[in-house]
Amino acid sequence: MTELPDTTTIDINGFATRVWRKGSGRPIGFLAGFGGLPRWVPFLDHLAASRSVIVPSLPGFPGGDRGHSVLDTHLDWILAVRQTLVAAGLEGADLAASSVGASLALECAALWPASVRRLAVVAPFGLFDEADPPADPWAQRADAVPGLMCADPEIWKALKAMPEGANSIEWPIEQTRASEAAARIFWPLGNTRIEKRLGLVKAPTLLLWGEGDRVVPRGYAAKFAGAIGAATTEIKLIPGAGHLAELDQPAAVAQAILDWCAA
Amino acid sequence: MKLMWFHLMPYTELPEDFRERHPSVWVDIHSSLFDPKRAHHMYNDFMDELEYAADCGYDAVCVNEHHSNGYGLMPSPNLIASALARRTTGVPLCVMGNSLALYNPPTRVAEEFAMLDVISGGRLIAGFPVGTPMDTCFAYGQNPSQLRERYLEAHDLVLRAWTERDTFAFNGRYNQQRYVNIWPRPVQQPHPPIWIPGGGSIETWQWCAQMDYVYCYLSYYGYKAGRATMDGFWAEMARLGKDRNPYRAGFAQVVAVAESREQAMALYREPAEYFFNRCLHIDPRFAAPAGYSTEATQRAGLESMVKKAANAQSLILGDKMNRGMTMEDFVERGYIVIGSPDEVVEQITALATDLNVGHLMLLMQFGSMGKALTQHNTKLFAERVMPRLRPLFSEWEDRWWPKPMGQEERAALPAFQPRLAAE
Repeated sequence: MTELPDTTTIDINGFATRVWRKGSGRPIGFLAGFGGLPRWVPFLDHLAASRSVIVPSLPGFPGGDRGHSVLDTHLDWILAVRQTLVAAGLEGADLAASSVGASLALECAALWPASVRRLAVVAPFGLFDEADPPADPWAQRADAVPGLMCADPEIWKALKAMPEGANSIEWPIEQTRASEAAARIFWPLGNTRIEKRLGLVKAPTLLLWGEGDRVVPRGYAAKFAGAIGAATTEIKLIPGAGHLAELDQPAAVAQAILDWCAA
Repeated sequence: MKLMWFHLMPYTELPEDFRERHPSVWVDIHSSLFDPKRAHHMYNDFMDELEYAADCGYDAVCVNEHHSNGYGLMPSPNLIASALARRTTGVPLCVMGNSLALYNPPTRVAEEFAMLDVISGGRLIAGFPVGTPMDTCFAYGQNPSQLRERYLEAHDLVLRAWTERDTFAFNGRYNQQRYVNIWPRPVQQPHPPIWIPGGGSIETWQWCAQMDYVYCYLSYYGYKAGRATMDGFWAEMARLGKDRNPYRAGFAQVVAVAESREQAMALYREPAEYFFNRCLHIDPRFAAPAGYSTEATQRAGLESMVKKAANAQSLILGDKMNRGMTMEDFVERGYIVIGSPDEVVEQITALATDLNVGHLMLLMQFGSMGKALTQHNTKLFAERVMPRLRPLFSEWEDRWWPKPMGQEERAALPAFQPRLAAE
């Protein structure tokens, strides 16, 4: 069994927000994707093998209490995430993020360019191309969600399965809340017009994309790369991965991030 | 008791293989199924039917709001109510209702409802539903995580717009308006009666009790399925120290009456099977966007042995269950009250008494039912059933009923001689 991370909480807008820490070395942050992280995942162990990985929860996502409920505008969200990164000790650090978290990481990198050293994002939300629209993650039959999020549906199911001893009422509510929190910021199209701000991103940015992403089509990688203002951007496709590539291919995604941030 | 005639305005010509070939009657129902020239006749028939019901002496006529919906052709019930205000004279108009969070600013609802109340001489019942997820979150793109907060804030704005005498600034979380000052103002003072159609959430019941509003459970699955919800409602009223005045509640019921049960089964089979098998065929992916149900409601559902599904979910559960069902099944399950006048009197008396509902909203046109049969059902009920049900609950006062202007104060309607359809 893997060793569990240290867990602390920080206060964000009055909500106790979970921060995981594991490993040693230069810090690297990670913001989770759609559905959040109800449990520690192998991907984080790969990062922790050579770096001090710091994983704060996003408002409303697992570990983020009902922090989303006081965020009404896009600015509210960005400020909450900014406060979270600072309080977690990630100011000026390398930052990795996935999906909805990746979109928020890019926002912070745009508004506070000095706050991120190097950035690695997996399939961020935020753009909408009518000719190739992202999937609607909220209009899904329950049994379709695992295969939408991961190339291997069993990985999503394992992420969301209730652990022994968990509260059988609160656990499913927490998972629904994660989907609601994503809806609160990205409903209905996932379009936050982030293209207006991407030009302000100065941190060298790696764009990772699951080859089989069924939520945000992989063609969006080039759209992001073209709009990001950093001198250096790179796109890397991850074979055998869906939208949450870090869950499908934890070793490959972690290695790509570590290599990118080693520079 | 009050017997109110409710029209959903379904599109009556969905194809026979609709259920097999199309995923949903709602949200993404295909435009190729809609023939505007056929719908011209449907709307005009439906409005004739509502006027006919008014002429037959029903206590109220009711309309409601749906969007992108093959069984509800009223994106704006206010348009229909406005026509009814001019084509009827005394009957209350129950708009059940306007989904408050969909209007920007919600002041629009205060204005349009005030217009209806003024034009009709104070005959409006103002319904304020949150709206189903299909209508609000999917067809209208509202954020499920903010829908209820926006709804409650919009309610506060509408209420103030109706009741404050001076121009005021509304400084809400979601709505800011420097000058709120609606013209016209409602005839009914301080405001028209407010009714809340809702699912089975305890927060809605508590809010209705606190605000002294009528709670309406508008399921299509009849009194047997509605029992648990209405029992829950009355238990909560008791807990809050409220009386059991049946006029605190409304309930919708499909009703079909004929000379005999056999005749009724034969007459109404086709429209009933059309309604339950085609009209209520809804894609489950639209049932429960995260955030639409509050966490308290989710918790109550998870804690309860009897799953208290939100309205949309129960609709869809119903659709799943109904697969392959026929008229006999619908009757057996109590979706439809059906039979001879005597049998219908007996069933509705039992229903109203069991559920303790004083406002019964009768769905007497359902599915593909044409005008002639609708009027037959409507007239037979009015003549042979209604008089025998009216005395029920006479010991209670209906404090939630419109208070129109006196007949002598009201405008004459020139160039319009209402034909007494029921003659």
